[in-house]
Amino acid sequence: MNLLDLEFMQRALLAALVTGLAAPAVGTYLVQRRLALLGDGIGHVAVTGVALGVLTGQAPMLTAVVVAVLGALAIELIRARGRTSGDVALALLFYGGIAGGVLLIGIAGESPASLQSYLFGSIVTVSAGDLVTVASLAVVVVLLALGLAPQMFAVCQDEEFAKVQGLDVRLYSVLLSVMAAVTVTVAMRTVGLLLVSALMVIPAATAQQLFRGFRITLLSAMGMGTLASLGGVTTSFYLDAAPGATIVMLALGGFVATWPLGAAIRHRRRLAAPFEDADPFAVPSPHATESHPHEHGEHCGHPAVVHGDHVDYVHDGHRHARHGDHYDEH
Amino acid sequence: MTAPLALREAAVALGGRPVLRHLDLAIDQGDVVALLGSNGSGKSTLVRAAMGLLPLSRGQVELFGTPLPKFTSWQRVGYVPQRAAAASGVPATVWEVVASGRLARRRLFRPLSSRDRAAIDAALESVELADRRDDGAALLSGGQQQRVLIARALAGEPDLLVLDEPTAGVDLHSQYELANSLQRVAASGATVLLVAHELGALGPLIDRTVVLHDGRIVYDGEPRTATDGHTFHDHAHPERPTGPTILGSGWQL
Repeated sequence: MNLLDLEFMQRALLAALVTGLAAPAVGTYLVQRRLALLGDGIGHVAVTGVALGVLTGQAPMLTAVVVAVLGALAIELIRARGRTSGDVALALLFYGGIAGGVLLIGIAGESPASLQSYLFGSIVTVSAGDLVTVASLAVVVVLLALGLAPQMFAVCQDEEFAKVQGLDVRLYSVLLSVMAAVTVTVAMRTVGLLLVSALMVIPAATAQQLFRGFRITLLSAMGMGTLASLGGVTTSFYLDAAPGATIVMLALGGFVATWPLGAAIRHRRRLAAPFEDADPFAVPSPHATESHPHEHGEHCGHPAVVHGDHVDYVHDGHRHARHGDHYDEH
Repeated sequence: MTAPLALREAAVALGGRPVLRHLDLAIDQGDVVALLGSNGSGKSTLVRAAMGLLPLSRGQVELFGTPLPKFTSWQRVGYVPQRAAAASGVPATVWEVVASGRLARRRLFRPLSSRDRAAIDAALESVELADRRDDGAALLSGGQQQRVLIARALAGEPDLLVLDEPTAGVDLHSQYELANSLQRVAASGATVLLVAHELGALGPLIDRTVVLHDGRIVYDGEPRTATDGHTFHDHAHPERPTGPTILGSGWQL
């Protein structure tokens, strides 16, 4: 039996394809901004959205998008105000989202188990209508993530510098949050709300082991996400398991497989980096140096240690600090 | 000629505590000005408020004669924040970081023009990091990272360059390389305002020093050089009695 002859599998694979492209694209920016868990927080909030849809008889996809966007804006607001630390804000939303979802589903007279296909994905439930929504939202997210890459990169890399470049930092932050919320909803049918964040973060984490540029990391994360996503849906068909779990295990497998390669690359780079290998805490000896054949500096080979307002150089087990035309022992 | 940067009656409070009080300062076109002062004197607060990163509680900031809220010509301003901001969650190459300095001159959804690329290359050349362009920015030494941030500001070809503590934690050798880069910037006619705890190797470049203490300007004028011939002693002494009355009465720099 050919997998692609099954209509529901065609839809599931298409949904997986666009999800695999969109989730790592947004996720790379979130990781760069040190908001790796934002997708998780939004995913939990979206559970409430799904339950709201079930309760009111609306399409769960629609209500999930609306509630996820509102949740993302709330997180961004709390983060920007700086009153509550980001992780506490996220924690509050985690709990509120899940509790709200289970509560609303109960009021709707359904068992919490009916949420399962939204929590972990389900390849048989992607309807033709879902697919159109998923694909168009994902295309918009990917186009924004790539088209606004210079601006997004600057805002995520150094917010204050971006502001002095005249960028509307708040607008881009809100846009990124909304993109994350939309991605979560897009991924709901394939990876599921509880595991969507993994597809955002793991490909970025894998790619950054191998590359040292942002652009190449972003693009290869999208490639890895697509592979994991398509592979996971296919595997889940044969194993009859939830696609979310297989997608995430494949992505994790990729991370583990590239680990030795990444470690080797990092080791080589460390050797090239200045002053990383010697012991910077060598004990200084009390005597002062008489002769000094060279000037200490960035490339002299001696480990540099910041010491108060100046820099010491570790030299034969003691620390030299420049003082006029000679070096003092510190 | 309007001053590239002017503060008028500016005051800044952080968390209700006044950090800058009634500050009047105008930086003249083409000058290299050092803003000195001990920790907590308000020098970083001053430049951050001047860049619009902190709100003023009173007074106003003017950039090239335009009040800050109406200022839009950000391509004329290059800002070099303190170095802590250089690292982020995903690696980026030196070239990528420097390229983000072109943003004020770029339109949305347009690729880099050849003009942009030339400016990025020139900025990398001027800080002598052209050969490190494809290296990860986070892997460079402290002095090199500082120069990456300066190149990022220079890539926008600014008329006013503002540097917050460019020499902090940078060894003397790197300070001299930094001084060379700033020398080239100043020679091109740009105005430079830099915050420093100590001038170190940057001393010879400076046209004018402004010393802050406790949120007020306590010295403004020619940089004074060493008095004992042994070391450059160019930081303010916070333990000394301060206030407007001692201005010009032997304030040691």
